[in-house]
Amino acid sequence: MEKETKAFQRVYTKLFQLTKATVSLKAKGIGNEELAIVDGRLAQVVKIMDDMVTLQIFGGTEGIATNAEVIFAGKAPSLKVGDDLAGRFFNAYGEPMEGGEIIGKEREIGGPSVNPVRRKQPSEFIPTGIAGIDLNNALVTGQKIPFFADPDQPFNQVMAMVALRAKADKIILAGMGLTRDDYLYFKNVFDNAGALDRIVGFINTTEEPPVERLLVPDMALAAAEYFAVEKNEKVLVLLTDMTLYSDALSIVSNRMDQIPSKDSMPGSLYSDLARLYEKAVQFPDGGSITIIAVTTLSGGDITHAVPDNTGYITEGQLFLRKDSDVGKVIVDPFRSLSRLKQLVIGKKTREDHPQVMNAAVRLYADAANAKTKQENGFDLTDYDERSLEFAKEYSRKLLAIDVNIDTNEMLETAYDLFSTYFKPEEVGLKQQFIEKYWKNKS
Amino acid sequence: MNTIGNVTGIIANLVIVETEGTTAQNEICFIKHGDTRLMAEVIKVVGNKSYIQVFESTRGLKVGTKVEFMGHMLEATLGPGILSKNFDGLQNDLHKMEGVFLKRGQYTDPIEMDKKYKYKVLAKQGDKVVAGSWLAEVEENWIPHKIMVPFTFKGEYTVKSIKGDGEYAPKETIAVLTDKDGKAYDVTMVQKWPVKVPIRAYTDKPRPFKILETGIRVMDTLNPIAEGGTGFIPGPFGSGKTVLQHNLSKNAEADLVIIAACGERANEVVEIFTEFPELDDPRTGRKLMERTTIIANTSNMPVAAREASVYTAMTIAEYYRAMGLKILLLADSTSRWAQALREMSNRMEELPGPDGFPMDLSAIIANFYSRAGFVYLPNGKSGSITFIGTVSPAGGNLKEPVTESTKKVARCFYALSQDRADSKRYPAIDPIDSYSKYLEYPEIAEYLNKTIDENWTASVFKAKDILLRGKEAYEQINILGDDGVPLEYHIRYWKSELIDFVILQQDAFDKIDASSSLDRQNFMLRRTLEITDMDFDFDSFEDVGLYFKRVINALKQMNYSVYESEEFDKNKKELHKVLKEQQEKKEATAEGSKEKEEVKA
Ligand SMILES: Nc1ncnc2c1ncn2[C@@H]1O[C@H](COP(=O)(O)OP(=O)(O)OP(=O)(O)O)[C@@H](O)[C@H]1O
Ligand SMILES: [Mg+2]
Repeated sequence: MEKETKAFQRVYTKLFQLTKATVSLKAKGIGNEELAIVDGRLAQVVKIMDDMVTLQIFGGTEGIATNAEVIFAGKAPSLKVGDDLAGRFFNAYGEPMEGGEIIGKEREIGGPSVNPVRRKQPSEFIPTGIAGIDLNNALVTGQKIPFFADPDQPFNQVMAMVALRAKADKIILAGMGLTRDDYLYFKNVFDNAGALDRIVGFINTTEEPPVERLLVPDMALAAAEYFAVEKNEKVLVLLTDMTLYSDALSIVSNRMDQIPSKDSMPGSLYSDLARLYEKAVQFPDGGSITIIAVTTLSGGDITHAVPDNTGYITEGQLFLRKDSDVGKVIVDPFRSLSRLKQLVIGKKTREDHPQVMNAAVRLYADAANAKTKQENGFDLTDYDERSLEFAKEYSRKLLAIDVNIDTNEMLETAYDLFSTYFKPEEVGLKQQFIEKYWKNKS
Repeated sequence: MNTIGNVTGIIANLVIVETEGTTAQNEICFIKHGDTRLMAEVIKVVGNKSYIQVFESTRGLKVGTKVEFMGHMLEATLGPGILSKNFDGLQNDLHKMEGVFLKRGQYTDPIEMDKKYKYKVLAKQGDKVVAGSWLAEVEENWIPHKIMVPFTFKGEYTVKSIKGDGEYAPKETIAVLTDKDGKAYDVTMVQKWPVKVPIRAYTDKPRPFKILETGIRVMDTLNPIAEGGTGFIPGPFGSGKTVLQHNLSKNAEADLVIIAACGERANEVVEIFTEFPELDDPRTGRKLMERTTIIANTSNMPVAAREASVYTAMTIAEYYRAMGLKILLLADSTSRWAQALREMSNRMEELPGPDGFPMDLSAIIANFYSRAGFVYLPNGKSGSITFIGTVSPAGGNLKEPVTESTKKVARCFYALSQDRADSKRYPAIDPIDSYSKYLEYPEIAEYLNKTIDENWTASVFKAKDILLRGKEAYEQINILGDDGVPLEYHIRYWKSELIDFVILQQDAFDKIDASSSLDRQNFMLRRTLEITDMDFDFDSFEDVGLYFKRVINALKQMNYSVYESEEFDKNKKELHKVLKEQQEKKEATAEGSKEKEEVKA
């Protein structure tokens, strides 16, 4: 059943086994993870046992017959990379959506990792104007951080806003299971901002087969590596939505009869996600890859395997939540965290930034306790009342995602709030900062 | 002749090889893929099929590829030149690797075989020696690195000849030893040891009897770890495991620190690479990097090498322990290692244990922890490995196999609490759930009372008691309301808050507060307990919180100032002032009530 076509390509026409996501056939000389086209659909080798080769079909196996044509490509999946990528949108296979070719050289996707000793410590602050991020969870180039949000939160809007303000040389959008509306939204926002020439998009929409999504982040990151390594550019990669990506992983592992781990996710979920997120890097020559992702939650449950493993991999997470007291979406200061913030706050920003940040969050926690008391019907103390007032203002003036001010203004606002509601000893800042910045208005 | 085989199956990094010759469990082999050789380890043998886990990506690998079995297990190379290096999980020197990206099949020498070291002889001709006996020493950084009789040598040997003082390279023969039958063996400065086998070149392993000073108050004061002891830090993501371990590696009173970054973030390792060469070791004034060795298998590096990385780290620690050094070994995170085991076990379709982990997970973890310890060496000197691992429980739920298996063997339990982390009460070690079994060892209690303060352990238990009672009071207040409980409950709660803020919480990112000497910890604990011993007089529960916040503030400012400095004294005076106010108020009230009584009378 075997015939040679082009140099490396071998063609087969007898399938031995078909499942929902995979086909198996007898073939010789096939390499692990090699690409193939099965009945016109892209596939990849996932298992070889003697001369039995199992292929995962990204578009699903619906309608594939046992006599389907299988053409092996003789190479692992790759993307053509070059400056030609800029300003264009591609499908999951790295083919331009509006047709045409890419001029560039071929780069393997899902390639090797950077030698840790060749990395540089991230140290460049990415201001976004959003105080819930800059003040409490400052972002740094080379960082990887997801938004944790329920599906009804405006995460794509916030992400687009962050991307545009971040002053990146390139923004690479990896859309996985993106609704067509959201895809068009991104396109419009970038277009309106005149940023389209800085954008590269790899898009799998909800209309396309879910397993195709598995290629999207690898494509996006291969493009990112091109710009960061070869052009020394600051690249921002947007991965949305990684929960839908993980769902595709579970579909495949399920159909390959692997023992599912928690929440029917594959046992290798941690490694699978880490492989992608760890592509975030600061290179010594100035190039960097920063990853901002979205992990949608179901009912705010962060113990689900996807957000849980993500949290263990990324350098923090940004939690979006609707604050019903002020009627705004805020970046929740309790569950949000930027692990790399200490590399820049108080160093690239004003010296008192870390202390102000911590003090405000601590007071916000006091307010949360007071609120519990209130809900349980207990009397509130004067301090409780003050902290509740403080929390509302803090939420409105600093945590809300519609805030857009610079970091010094954020700090000044914090002191305004502190001095309006508290005495210095209740806030617990270092004496030197109190002397220098505290405004004694109360 | 090495056994040769052929690849017959590939599932991710599990490869099945058909062989004709013999192969052994854990034997190392190389797959000849194109012009690279991919390293792998035998993990199962069935008939003429060996199942091997490949330490590299298997992309492009084909059935029929040749495999060569090496006849030995995964070994660490032990000799001068290990210190301050950054290795991968298989002990390749990462700096010697070419290019920005790791190339598979690239293996580099862990040490420099030709580098000359200043050498001083310790043994002499005719000496009777055993495995681990010190023959000579060379200068490695500041450490007198002992050249030892290889650990593989069994029984007693006689030094037939040995080189005198001079400058030699690791590859040179420095001594010839003869066994009881007169057979001669050359000894160089380098030896190899299979990482999964413990090095037992010691004569005795007593129960630990002293503590390892870490500079972290909530550990040293409340739940100290013994020198040669074991501990673990479970905690949900973001609760502070890595920050705590980094802080330990910076401040603990160890001769050497070995860090196994096991399946975690590359940026965290880069942080060490960047900062440690600049930071001073608080005890010696040398650069921290001089005492630190890193084994990095970050989460994007090959999964199978993750498992190897913790063993490589432990073997290096055992090697230096045999030189009479005090080693602190840290692994972050042992859960990633367990997950690597799980991935492989699933691929081999083994019967899964709880949560899909291998059935023998507990035994594997117990074996590993048991390699730590305080030991006496053949020459009567001592050395130790204190081991602290982190655990990353799925969903932050401690009822999971890795946490439970570790809890059975590790003697210190430092549970990081989500609540504490959320309210930025760092380090987020839960004071109630956490424990140190060493506090129950009479020899440790005696040691503490002798070296710190005669009332030390009594004070520690008292502090714990106050914390517990404070928590109970807090729960009551929450149930019954501020007004629904006696004032005394508020005082009780705030006394526990005092200990929480002053002793438990510590700012890892503040130059001064990051580390606290035992002396200073003693001072602060005594001072704090004195305050909790005081009787207070408050008019309302609101005053309690307000007042204690002022006390806490004064004490915290003390934590932020250099011990016994002018600033420290200034804050001490401020504290005194605050305390005096209460005393005066109390006396005034006492006077008042006395007067009232007098009037009555
Ligand atoms: N002692 C501390 N002082 C101040 N901040 C801290 C402290 N410990 C932790 N943090 C904050 O919490 C963040 C997360 O800590 P860390 O990276 O140690 O968590 P982790 O438990 O190792 O998480 P993971 O399991 O995801 O690796 C830090 O980046 C820092 O912002
Ligand atoms: Mg960590």
